[in-house]
Amino acid sequence: MLGYTIRRIGQMIPVVIGATFLIYALTFLMPGDPIAALTGARPLPESTVAQIRQAYHLDDPFLVQYGNYMWGLLHGNFGIDFFGRPVLGLILERLPTTFALALTAWVLKLVIGLAIGVYGGLRHGRAGDHFALVFTVVFLGVPGFVIALGAQTVFGVQLGWVNPAGISAGWPMAFILPALVMAFEAAAGLARLTRTSLVGVLRSEYMRTARAKGLSPRRVIWGHALRNAMIPVVTYLGLSLAGMLGGAVIIEAIFNIPGIGGLMVTSINNKEGTIVVGIATMLVLVYLFFNLLVDLLYGVIDPRVRV
Amino acid sequence: MSQTTEPTASAVAAGEPATFPPRRRKKTNRGPIWLRPRFLISGTIVALMLLMAAFPQLFAGFGSDPNANCNVMETNQAPSSEHIFGVDIQGCDYYTNVIYGARASILVGIVVTAISFVVAAILGALAGYFGGWVDVIISRACDMAFGLPFILAAIVVLQLFSERTVWTVIFALALFNWPGGVRFMRSSVMEVRNREYVQASMLLGASKTRIIKSHIIPNSLTPLLVLQTLGVGGVISAEAGLTFIGIGLTPPSVSWGLQLAAARDYISAAPHLLVFPALFLTLTVLGFVLFGEALRDEFDPKGK
Amino acid sequence: MRTQQTQQPDPAGDHPLLRVRDLDVEFDTSKGIATAVSGMNFTVQRGEALGILGESGSGKSVTARAVMGILDMPPAKVPRGEILLEGEDLLTISAKRHRELVGSRVSMVFQDALTALNPVHPVGRQIGELYRVHRGYSRKDAKAAAIDMMDRVRIPAAASRVNDYPHQFSGGMRQRIVIAMALALDPVLLIADEPTTALDVTVQAQILELLKEQQVERNMGLILITHDISVVKEVTDQVAVMYAGRIVEHGATDEVLNHPGHPYTQGLRASVAGEELKGQRLPAIPGTPPDLLRLPDGCSFANRCPFVTDECLEQVPPLESVGAGRQSACFHTEEVLDHVTA
Repeated sequence: MLGYTIRRIGQMIPVVIGATFLIYALTFLMPGDPIAALTGARPLPESTVAQIRQAYHLDDPFLVQYGNYMWGLLHGNFGIDFFGRPVLGLILERLPTTFALALTAWVLKLVIGLAIGVYGGLRHGRAGDHFALVFTVVFLGVPGFVIALGAQTVFGVQLGWVNPAGISAGWPMAFILPALVMAFEAAAGLARLTRTSLVGVLRSEYMRTARAKGLSPRRVIWGHALRNAMIPVVTYLGLSLAGMLGGAVIIEAIFNIPGIGGLMVTSINNKEGTIVVGIATMLVLVYLFFNLLVDLLYGVIDPRVRV
Repeated sequence: MSQTTEPTASAVAAGEPATFPPRRRKKTNRGPIWLRPRFLISGTIVALMLLMAAFPQLFAGFGSDPNANCNVMETNQAPSSEHIFGVDIQGCDYYTNVIYGARASILVGIVVTAISFVVAAILGALAGYFGGWVDVIISRACDMAFGLPFILAAIVVLQLFSERTVWTVIFALALFNWPGGVRFMRSSVMEVRNREYVQASMLLGASKTRIIKSHIIPNSLTPLLVLQTLGVGGVISAEAGLTFIGIGLTPPSVSWGLQLAAARDYISAAPHLLVFPALFLTLTVLGFVLFGEALRDEFDPKGK
Repeated sequence: MRTQQTQQPDPAGDHPLLRVRDLDVEFDTSKGIATAVSGMNFTVQRGEALGILGESGSGKSVTARAVMGILDMPPAKVPRGEILLEGEDLLTISAKRHRELVGSRVSMVFQDALTALNPVHPVGRQIGELYRVHRGYSRKDAKAAAIDMMDRVRIPAAASRVNDYPHQFSGGMRQRIVIAMALALDPVLLIADEPTTALDVTVQAQILELLKEQQVERNMGLILITHDISVVKEVTDQVAVMYAGRIVEHGATDEVLNHPGHPYTQGLRASVAGEELKGQRLPAIPGTPPDLLRLPDGCSFANRCPFVTDECLEQVPPLESVGAGRQSACFHTEEVLDHVTA
């Protein structure tokens, strides 16, 4: 298991470098001058521009800039924005809110998705299964932000059960609606995967063996079917937790939640490239970290990959 | 669930094995695919939306331009017999606007998917067919692109442009939409390539072009196409979502995302501004998702 | 019958170990009802090994699963028949009683050990589970018992391999684990469904030897299901030959295989390569078995039978006694018997 862990971490390093490089390259190799963007229409004196370029190492070759950036990252330095505030501080200030939202949504999704998926799988081909399928099609087919808008209008504005926007109500009341919206959207995929996987497992030979051992149906399902059915699901779950951080950007904008998504949208509108890159890098690191966790967990539940 | 494939009996050298009952209720004969309800309904939606995107004039009776016949005095008017979807903030006929909004969504959905399909088909086939260092390079590139969450990557690209047209959005979404398809194509090409009959025809000296044409393409391209069709809905949804929060399309483009964004400020005053584009968007995405699933169940029953 | 539910197992009584009576198994498919097994009758005594011989789709595995109660219902259903294990009808007893019997009194060895074992549990736990569920052992005792069992089926270094996973064993060793699992609770009846088909020839012999040895040692009843005549010859005392869901011939193994009374058995026997056929083309039975969805009115084998007459096409020949302890379902048994000896 230790060897497996080390190998997975080793494989992760080029991906981290590649992904951060992509973000960095996309932002800084694209046409457009960050300084012009900063100053808007009013041109700066030549000397000021040179000063800024020097301060931000904008005249160095691109690879050197990237190297410097990565070196800074290793020391926890995400750079500073154009007002001189450290980007890391800005991100860390907002990160807990986003985490609270994503994690709440993820847990809700887990409960909803697994429940529906397992129910559908066990009732395969019967009415309960069809219900589960219809549920998933609806939530896969209706765009998440449309559901968000609808929920906000109905429960927030018209019924007034929750605040339609902002987080003044604190956790959990302020988070429950956006988290539920995210959860339902994501639960559909999870439910499908769980159902398909469980149906496949239930058809397998070892399920027959389990019954031939005279085990109770409960033991057959819980002891033999579910763990096998969870193997593909775990991968998906981990990836989706990270994916929810991305999805949170849109939901935060709709529900006006001051998380990282809000920060990102504001920064984009203000042309604060360093913050955007910083957030993207941070989210990518979080994402990859979860990927790694999932891979390790995968090794725990499926002995066959541990070799 | 009874086992249907026993090893052919060695001692029972007696022709073919008996036809044994299928292990479970298989698809009953429901007639040709185009007559089945799900396919029919979703196919109609998809066809209508495609038509609407290509020739909005056919549907919009109020002029060839969404900004024709605007009357600022009628701003935010509720639906009436004259303006069946009501009137928007600028006083323009909302029905015409919603019809014209289809083009952006459909164009983004189709073009992004088509690009991903072509990229996935080529890169995946190269990686799967040749293996070796070609495979290593392509697979690592996939890993890296996978390292970026899709929406996040699209945001990073989009924010570089201050005015974003349909093509900007297509570019941003297509840039990171391909890795899934490449991986899928790679593994299915590898699987086909390693099948015994393909190996056999290689040994018999069939040319590479012949093998690719007669084995690889039919066996892996169709499933890839089906997979990509399933993704159209997601891409349309992503475009609308990004546009809605102000990172996707910018005016003067006409799109459902923009209409929804504009309508937000008038939720109580003019709810129809929200309802109609949301309805069309939902119908489109749902239509494409159902259409993709109908296709998948038809051509790739395993993936169900 | 509900009344039998309370009846206690009575190994000393005059009940045979297993008696299957008039068993039918049908599959409800989209194309109609397929008759997989019909009118099945046989008994197995303690210490006796019965071979069920037949090709794919002849209903032999379905019979085994029906006895174990592990058919998937639906689509399978058992409209008729009794499966009496020491006098208790497995088809009518309560689910709870059924679970008590299956796995402990009667158990099963599967064809493909790799798929029959759960990939995510160590083999020791899979064997130990039987002790835990049926006998309430503690985790520790169950593991010790599992190691003991692995030893008895001669898995080398059992104690150190008890925590290994199925994929870490070779095919032969995996099959031994499946056998250990089946024998764990000292069953009175063991059903082995093609136990050696998935194995190498050399390993096949070892596994058969192990099964035979355990059967004799424990005085178990054994039902060995196979398509391989040589396996039947090696292990069993009695053989039932199945064709298209029916037993077509039944009797002592040596007798039946050396002097077939049914044309199908004769065809099977002839199609096995032997010394006397060296250099010649292996005779095969012409034609294919009938569609189970549309069984013919007459004998199922009629379309492939060299002895066929009009009678065969009109009526299903009943399984009738044709001498001491032998039965055959053919209108021309006498002729067939003569043909062979000639």
